[in-house]
Amino acid sequence: MTSPSSAPFLSIRNLAKSFGSFIALRGIDLDIRRGEFVCFLGPSGCGKTTLLRAIAGLDLQDSGTIEMGGRDVSHAPPSERDFGIVFQSYALFPNLTVADNVGYGLVNRRTPARDIARRVDELLALVSLSDQARKFPIQLSGGQQQRVALARALATSPELLLLDEPLSALDAKVRVRLRDEMRALQQRLGVTTIMVTHDQEEALAMADRIVVMNGGAVEQVGSPEEIYRRPATPFVADFVGHMTFFDAVVTGPGRVRVDELDLLVANAAPFPAGTPVRLAMRPEEVRTRGVSDETPNSFEATIGDLAFLGSFCRAHLEPTRSQKTRIAADFSANAMRDLGIQPGQVRSIAFPPESLHVFAGAAR
Amino acid sequence: MTDSVQPIAITPAQARIGSVRLNERHVAGALILALCAVLVLIIALPLWALLSKSLEDVNGRFVGLANFIAYATTPTLISSLGNSLFVAGVTTAIVIPVAFLYAYALRRSCIPGKGLFYAAAMVPVFAPSLLSGLALIYVFGNQGLLKSWMMGASLYGPIGIIAAEALYSFPHAVLILVTALALSDGRLREAAEAMGTTRWRMFRTITLPGARYGLISATFVVFTLVITDFGIPKVIGGQFSVLATDAYRQVVGQQNFPMGAVVGIILLVPAVLAFFVDRLVKRRQSAMLSARAVPYAPKPEPGRDIALLGFVILTTLAIVAPYAIAVWGSFVTYWPYNLALTLNNYDFAAFDPAGWDAYRNSLLLASLTAVIGTTLIFTGAYLIEKLKLFPRMRAFAQFLAMLPMAVPGLVLGLGYVFFFNATWNPLGFLYGTLAILVINTIAHFYTVGHITALTSLKQIDGEFEAVSASLKVPFWSTFRRVTAPICLPAILDIGVYVFVNALTTVSAVIFLYGAETKLASIAIVHMDEAGAIASAAGMATVIMLTAIAVKLAHVGLDRLVFGRLQQWRQR
Repeated sequence: MTSPSSAPFLSIRNLAKSFGSFIALRGIDLDIRRGEFVCFLGPSGCGKTTLLRAIAGLDLQDSGTIEMGGRDVSHAPPSERDFGIVFQSYALFPNLTVADNVGYGLVNRRTPARDIARRVDELLALVSLSDQARKFPIQLSGGQQQRVALARALATSPELLLLDEPLSALDAKVRVRLRDEMRALQQRLGVTTIMVTHDQEEALAMADRIVVMNGGAVEQVGSPEEIYRRPATPFVADFVGHMTFFDAVVTGPGRVRVDELDLLVANAAPFPAGTPVRLAMRPEEVRTRGVSDETPNSFEATIGDLAFLGSFCRAHLEPTRSQKTRIAADFSANAMRDLGIQPGQVRSIAFPPESLHVFAGAAR
Repeated sequence: MTDSVQPIAITPAQARIGSVRLNERHVAGALILALCAVLVLIIALPLWALLSKSLEDVNGRFVGLANFIAYATTPTLISSLGNSLFVAGVTTAIVIPVAFLYAYALRRSCIPGKGLFYAAAMVPVFAPSLLSGLALIYVFGNQGLLKSWMMGASLYGPIGIIAAEALYSFPHAVLILVTALALSDGRLREAAEAMGTTRWRMFRTITLPGARYGLISATFVVFTLVITDFGIPKVIGGQFSVLATDAYRQVVGQQNFPMGAVVGIILLVPAVLAFFVDRLVKRRQSAMLSARAVPYAPKPEPGRDIALLGFVILTTLAIVAPYAIAVWGSFVTYWPYNLALTLNNYDFAAFDPAGWDAYRNSLLLASLTAVIGTTLIFTGAYLIEKLKLFPRMRAFAQFLAMLPMAVPGLVLGLGYVFFFNATWNPLGFLYGTLAILVINTIAHFYTVGHITALTSLKQIDGEFEAVSASLKVPFWSTFRRVTAPICLPAILDIGVYVFVNALTTVSAVIFLYGAETKLASIAIVHMDEAGAIASAAGMATVIMLTAIAVKLAHVGLDRLVFGRLQQWRQR
């Protein structure tokens, strides 16, 4: 992998933009290193596309600066910024062949026709579409169109590749295959890439770093694992993966209480006793295999309804001591079979202290 | 040379782009500025000239509303206002129900030959409005075949005007109502049928409300067309004066420009009103149909279908027969006493000094207007819709482009007279030339073409310009290589629309032609004035056939374009 160099390739400072009374971006600060694959992740309306378009120069920000490769491009039009872009719609030129689409940006640069043809062949080979060169976009499948758009964006060897929800128009299967291909291609070319997506799975699978956005602000920046394992805010915890939230009260250092349950938390929260907090836990972290009375945070619970979801089952559990508390737990198909889990059973379960996240504030 | 594949050394982006972009921005700015300047010149300034002229006396001194007061207190003038309202009101009341039933039959029944009936209803669009007047003279006039049917009443007056206007405005109403009736959710009817709703109740609660905006729109369009039409009252109105003929008489006959301007402004009122109602209606209509609506497919119902077929046949005959008789009349030696066929009436030079030159001028005008107008309209729409620069200037250009829709041709023509005739105007030399006719005709029909172009441009992916910018390709390259080729069908539509209208229009150009640039449609007015009705009908026939031929060529060309040149549309 490319080692991060000292100076960031893309440097965004205090970027803000509003549309009328709607604030799309609230003072965004972000550094992106050369060769990185970064995903902007968030729900619709969180400002991720606005941020991408500001980086491209397609919609200028109201205030703040953007530096690209050490050059201030805050007010430069798109054509003075060095990037290639793939849109959700692909925006392929319908009246031009695949080859002409890919070579579109080369024609204008007074490159000899022979060289253009050679470069187009090279790019089509790169996205495995050499045999489709003479077809028109409408004759291609969605996945092929997406690859043409990618080849066209890469044709001019840009330093930055921008992808605006490039996979969201595709079928689930094709989407998974293409995201692996795109990731491999990006690693091979080493081109700095920013992808906008609302699909957390896509972001987790592809990105070196994820920028989680909400309400025009950055909630957290980190590697996929950091985002998943150590969400910085309840929003991130809730948006990435599944998370069950409990209202809790701090009872001492490393101790919280949820209704009738006293629980240990590993990441010692700096809250004084008596503070209302929100406790969060992922359903797949609920343990039931090999739980004894010695296991920390163990208690008995009744298995409520079970929803079959293929490779795992989602169960709703009611602790015997605290019947108001509802807990979601995912049990793998293996565990279901080995342990013979059935609705109505009472089982010992445990919350591993290191899997509990404590956030400030009571419930909304 | 080796064949090994190497990445091409592409000129470092930053080195070259700077200069390219500078140009691109400047070019875009210059083009948008030029568009604004052109639109101000051909639309805004003439209208301003009209408004200011109405506030001046004959010597050019500002007199406030004195002209309007004089107008309101002169009985002969104010009576034409009443006449105009009466004629337009009655025509609308006749045309709308008939056109609605006609459109209903075409959309909601299973009668055979729908395409043919639709085409037949469109015939009046291809002829100058006066031809319907001439046609009625042939049938019901003093020497008419069926004069006895008039039972002593005179055709020359409100009766003739209303009948001819009804013929002339019918296709415009049908066009709107057919579109309105096309928009309907079939599931509503299925639900109603499932509940056992009676047919009449279904018509009242589903069909009529669904078409209500179309009905409103059609009512205003017909009213405006009739009240601003000049050709028909001129030919068949006799002593019955209306606003349009008053404006002509004041300006051309009495050289009373201020009073002509006052009449022009009065004519502007219904048109402006119609314009805003139409915009309101369009906004509502688009919200009415959800994307998941299922189009209604009529099922055969013998009773209803036979009744509607009878109605449609009768209406079609009533529309087409007068035109056919007028065409026949143009070949007749001496109507109605010697019905032997002859080509003598087509020796136009014997009846009007311009002779066939008028037709040549019309063709020249229509061609130039189509080529220059379509280029201007489409390029203008592209600049307004697709370039993101200079939003204020683009909004201004958009406003000006929509303005002609609210300005009747006669009013625009008056504005041109006042503007280009003004002593201070350095462009005065254009007066009476073909150039001013072309400019005026482009302005007259600008909005419909503009809307066609916008609709077509809006259907194109909005990111083409962004992609081009990222590839450092200037917008004009993308316009030439992608946008214009994709929009070719719309461009053809605009060209044919402008061509046909330039061929048939009378109202604006009647103020602007010169001795060398008399048009066929004006020659018709003059030949009719001189009593050469057969030749007038002959000239109108030539125009109508030309317009229909161009339309047919368009249909053929469209097929060719779609089939051969636009293979990329087919999977």
